Amino acid sequence: MRTMLIIAGLTLREAVRRKIVLAALVMGGLFLTVFTVGFYYLNQDIQRQANVMSMMAMREARNFMLLAGLYVVNFLTIAMAVLTSIDTLSGEISSGTVQTLVAKPVRRWEIVLGKWVGFLFLLTSYLVLMAGGVMGVVLIISGQHAPKPFLGLSLVWLNGLLLLNLSFFGGSRLSTLANGVLAFGLYGIGFVGGWIEQFGWLAGKPAAVKVGIVSSLLFPGEALWKRAAFELQSPLVKALGISPFTSASPPNAMMIGYAALYAAVILSLAVHKFSRRDL
Amino acid sequence: MSDTHPAIETVSLRKAFGEKVAVEDLSLRVERGEVFGFLGPNGAGKTTSVKMLLGLCAPTSGKGFLLGRPVGTPAALRKVGFLPEHFRFHDWLKAHEFLFVHGRLYGMKDAVLKSRVRELLELVGLKAHSDKKLGEFSKGMLQRIGLAQALLNEPEVVFLDEPTSGLDPMGRRLVRDIIKDVKNRGTTVFLNSHLLSEVEVTCDRVSFVKHGRVVRTSSLKSLMNGFLNVEIRAEKLTEATVQGLRRWTATVDRNGDRVRLGLADESCLPDIHRFLVQQGCDVYSLSPQRVSLEDLFVQIVGSEVGL
Repeated sequence: MRTMLIIAGLTLREAVRRKIVLAALVMGGLFLTVFTVGFYYLNQDIQRQANVMSMMAMREARNFMLLAGLYVVNFLTIAMAVLTSIDTLSGEISSGTVQTLVAKPVRRWEIVLGKWVGFLFLLTSYLVLMAGGVMGVVLIISGQHAPKPFLGLSLVWLNGLLLLNLSFFGGSRLSTLANGVLAFGLYGIGFVGGWIEQFGWLAGKPAAVKVGIVSSLLFPGEALWKRAAFELQSPLVKALGISPFTSASPPNAMMIGYAALYAAVILSLAVHKFSRRDL
Repeated sequence: MSDTHPAIETVSLRKAFGEKVAVEDLSLRVERGEVFGFLGPNGAGKTTSVKMLLGLCAPTSGKGFLLGRPVGTPAALRKVGFLPEHFRFHDWLKAHEFLFVHGRLYGMKDAVLKSRVRELLELVGLKAHSDKKLGEFSKGMLQRIGLAQALLNEPEVVFLDEPTSGLDPMGRRLVRDIIKDVKNRGTTVFLNSHLLSEVEVTCDRVSFVKHGRVVRTSSLKSLMNGFLNVEIRAEKLTEATVQGLRRWTATVDRNGDRVRLGLADESCLPDIHRFLVQQGCDVYSLSPQRVSLEDLFVQIVGSEVGL
């Protein structure tokens, strides 16, 4: 446990020293500023049309903006999860940095999980700040909030965790570059599959829906977002089933459970491989 | 307690990477308090052997023990220090932070570490650079801080893989002094080195490895006594005479009117002289020369180039 905390601390210190935290904060701040300004003016515009727009339409317009913001936050979170951690195992193995760490009276799983805890802390903080920022801006300016913010954000968090674990899985056995190809490649499959499924559902093509489900089984990242968006969007859009951010047929609880299991399995495979491989 | 166990003991350690055998059969015993040199050409399996002993690499078969504990377990590494050959450290850490992190991994308390880190920075001559990031260090400085890292826990066995490769003469002398110093404290030193002049002055015993096997282990003293190079300068040397010299030794090199012999000792010199005269040679000189470890290395391991 002590070793894990030492390694987690080392991971956080690295993120600070290598200016990853600073860059994330600056760019995150910039994103939130743009979002705030944009939302402020759009909201003003919506309010000016209060006499021609129904209350419901106004709510829908704001919810749409909120989801657009969270869609970007979801993307940034998973990209951060992969980009910050992609090199942590494979890079230290190929440079040899890991040798002096492993030749200490420690267990290798403590090193892997220590790093993982460090990155998960970074990821969670980032998500809380960014998603909290987007939701806070919408709430302060318009007094509106998403229907199920905690459930929705938990799913976005699980999506980030899934990508983080995938990056560890690849890092324990592949080179950094191959790992990057694996992570984004798998994510891409899940992503495009999700869209094929949505079009298939709308157009009544069961084969396309099947392709979508299979690709979500290959990598359930996009499915998590689709479910998160489903929880975050207004009941009307849910009922209509038309939105650029979510699916007409949201993934069910089975798929969410599958994603959580997927994340747990690939992390344990990462620990297993790193514990046994020659360094 | 483990004090009765040798510092390092291996029984037929073997490591194969697929088809390629890196270490064929390593059987070694290194006693406590020894400075042990592990010598061999490139590709002989020295680094792989060290990696197996430190649990970085799992043996394909065989057994190994560090201070009586099986290799590959955290318990075996508690009183062990290690400086890898291709040392790379987290270069965004400051020198003292680096030592603190590694000390904590040994389970050392911060209060103990505080004085230990100061002491070690002084020992390796980096006291003035304590607040500098490792990224700003030269190769020699990194090797020094790596050495300090290997000594953090006052190890009972310390593995140094080519510890002087990046150092200038002053740095080498420093490493030599540190090895002497830790030996005086009873620490066992396992030294992988190509710099045979270093080995010659620091080691008590050496092993020569070739193709992943120990071909000879001996104390440096008896090894040096057991080899003698003799240079003969004679005219009217025939090929048959040169071949005739092979009854005393396999190491016969002819170069014009000079023949170089590698002998076990000098007792056969009068016989060799008589033989040459009987063969009708005019002998101008027959001079025994002090053998260097480098000559020994070539004689024992063979002159074939390492890979």
